[in-house]
Amino acid sequence: MADWDWQVFCKDTIEGEVIPRCFGGGGDITYLDWMLSAWGWTLSVSLLSLAVAIVFGSLMGILRTTPNRGLVFLGNAWTELFRNIPLLVQIVLWYHVVPAFIPALRGVPSFLLVVAALGLFTSARISEQVRAGIQSLPRGQRMAGLAMGFTLPQTYRFILLPMAFRIIIPPLTSESMNIVKNSSVAFAVSIAELTLFAMQAQEETARGIEIYLAVTGLYFISAFAINRIMHFIEGRVSVPGLIAAGGK
Amino acid sequence: MPMIEIKNVGKWYGDFNVLADCTTQVEKGEVIVVCGPSGSGKSTLIKCVNGLEPFQKGEILVNGTSVGAPGTNLSRLRSHVGMVFQHFELFPHMSITENLTIGQVKVLGRGKEEARDKGLKLLDRVGLKAHAHKFPGQLSGGQQQRVAIARALAMDPICMLFDEPTSALDPEMINEVLDVMVQLAKEGMTMMCVTHEMGFARKVANRVIFMDHGRIVEDADKDEFFGTPRSDRAQQFLAKILNH
Ligand SMILES: Nc1ncnc2c1ncn2[C@@H]1O[C@H](COP(=O)(O)OP(=O)(O)OP(=O)(O)O)[C@@H](O)[C@H]1O
Ligand SMILES: [Mg+2]
Repeated sequence: MADWDWQVFCKDTIEGEVIPRCFGGGGDITYLDWMLSAWGWTLSVSLLSLAVAIVFGSLMGILRTTPNRGLVFLGNAWTELFRNIPLLVQIVLWYHVVPAFIPALRGVPSFLLVVAALGLFTSARISEQVRAGIQSLPRGQRMAGLAMGFTLPQTYRFILLPMAFRIIIPPLTSESMNIVKNSSVAFAVSIAELTLFAMQAQEETARGIEIYLAVTGLYFISAFAINRIMHFIEGRVSVPGLIAAGGK
Repeated sequence: MPMIEIKNVGKWYGDFNVLADCTTQVEKGEVIVVCGPSGSGKSTLIKCVNGLEPFQKGEILVNGTSVGAPGTNLSRLRSHVGMVFQHFELFPHMSITENLTIGQVKVLGRGKEEARDKGLKLLDRVGLKAHAHKFPGQLSGGQQQRVAIARALAMDPICMLFDEPTSALDPEMINEVLDVMVQLAKEGMTMMCVTHEMGFARKVANRVIFMDHGRIVEDADKDEFFGTPRSDRAQQFLAKILNH
C-alpha cells in the first residue's frame, strides 16, 4: 500500500495545493474541512430524522394498541404506507412530487424534506417495534392500571410505555444506527453529506480509496457512538429483579 | 342499598354466551365467594363489576352508580373499587413504595408524603415493611400478592374484588395471602372473591356463588352451600376440589 496518499485531505479544494496545517483559512477550504462539514450534515440529518421517527413512530405504535378501531386503522395505515415504499423513492417523492401538490412546501429547504422523508420512513419501523413492545406486556398490566382508576392515557404513560420502551431498546438501537447509514441516500437530493462528499471528492482527486476509507470510518464512528449511548441508557433504566427487561 | 348489585347481566363474545342472566348482590360488609369450573365465567363476571369488561345486557350498580351507563366516569368508580389479580400485576419498573403511592398521587391527588405514609403503613400491615425499597421482581409470589392487596387498600376502596388471588402461588405461600384476606374480611371490608379456597370460604364467607357455563347455578348462604348444595353440578364440583 505504498501508494496511499493521505495528504489528499490537506489539499485545497480549488487549486489542489497542500496546505501546511490541513485546515484551510481565509475562504479556502481543504478536503478535510469539506469532509468534516459533510459529517456534520450527516449527523444533523440523522439526529433530526431520529427525533421525527421516534415522535411519530411512538405515537402510531401506541394508536395501534388502543381499543379504538379508528385509531388502530390510522396507525396501521401510516405504518403500511411508509414501510412499503423504498426509502430512495420516498425521498424523491418528498422532493419532487409532494411540493407539486402542496405549494406551501415549495420554499422548504431540501434538508428539511430529507429529514421528513427519512424520519417518516423510520417512524413506520419504530411504530412496529412500539406496538410489539406494548403487546408483549401481560394483558393484566393494562387492566391493573385501569382498575386503579387511571385513565387510558395515564395507563400508557405510567405503566405500559415505561416497560414497553425498556423492552424495545435493542431494536431501537439498531434502528437508530440504521438511520445514520440510511442518511446516505440524502445525496440523491444534493445534501452535502458524507456520501455526496465521497463521490465528488473522489472524482476531483482520483483518490477514491483514501476518501472512501475515511468516510467509512466516520460512518462507523457515528453508528457506534449511538450504539454506546443506547447501551448506557439501557443500563441506566434497567429494573432490579428483572434479568432481561421483558421478563414476566 | 347493596354495595354491588348485579341484575340480569348478559355478555356475549360473538355467538358465545359467556354470562347468561346473572343476578346477585353483595351487601355492605359482606364477603361473597364465587367458584365454579374453569371457563364458567367467574373472571368475566368480576371484571364486569368494575367495567374492565363491557356487557351487553342487564345492569350493574356499585354503591348506586351504574357501571354500564354511558355517562358514568369509570376511572372514578374504579378508583374506589380495589382489585387483586391472579398474577399480582405489580408494576415491575416501580419500587414497592412507588407501586403503593402512584395511584394515590396520580388518581386521588394526594400529596407525596401522605401517600408514602399511607403506603408504608399498609405495607407494614401485610408484614412487608422491610421490603419497601425493593422491586416486584425481587419478591416471592406470596409477597407480591400481599403488596398487591396493600396497593389496592391504599386507595381506600369501598369494596374489593379478588380474581383467584392464590391460584398462581406455591402451596406454602397461599396461607400468607389468605391470612391477609381473612383479616380484611373480619374488619368488615366488602369483598367479592373468585377462589377455590373452600377453607377461606368456610371461615369468612357470608355466601357462596357457584357458576357453570356462564350461569349462576347456586347462590346460597355458606352453611347451606356446604351443607346441602342443591345442584348436582355444584356437588360434583365440591367433591372434586375438596378431595384435593
Ligand atoms: N376475549 C374473549 N373472546 C372469546 N372468548 C373469551 C374471551 N375471554 C374469555 N372467553 C371465554 O369466556 C369463558 C369464560 O372465561 P372466564 O375467564 O371468565 O372463565 P373463568 O371462570 O374465570 O375460568 P378460570 O377458572 O379458568 O379462570 C371461557 O370459556 C373463555 O374461553
Ligand atoms: Mg378466571
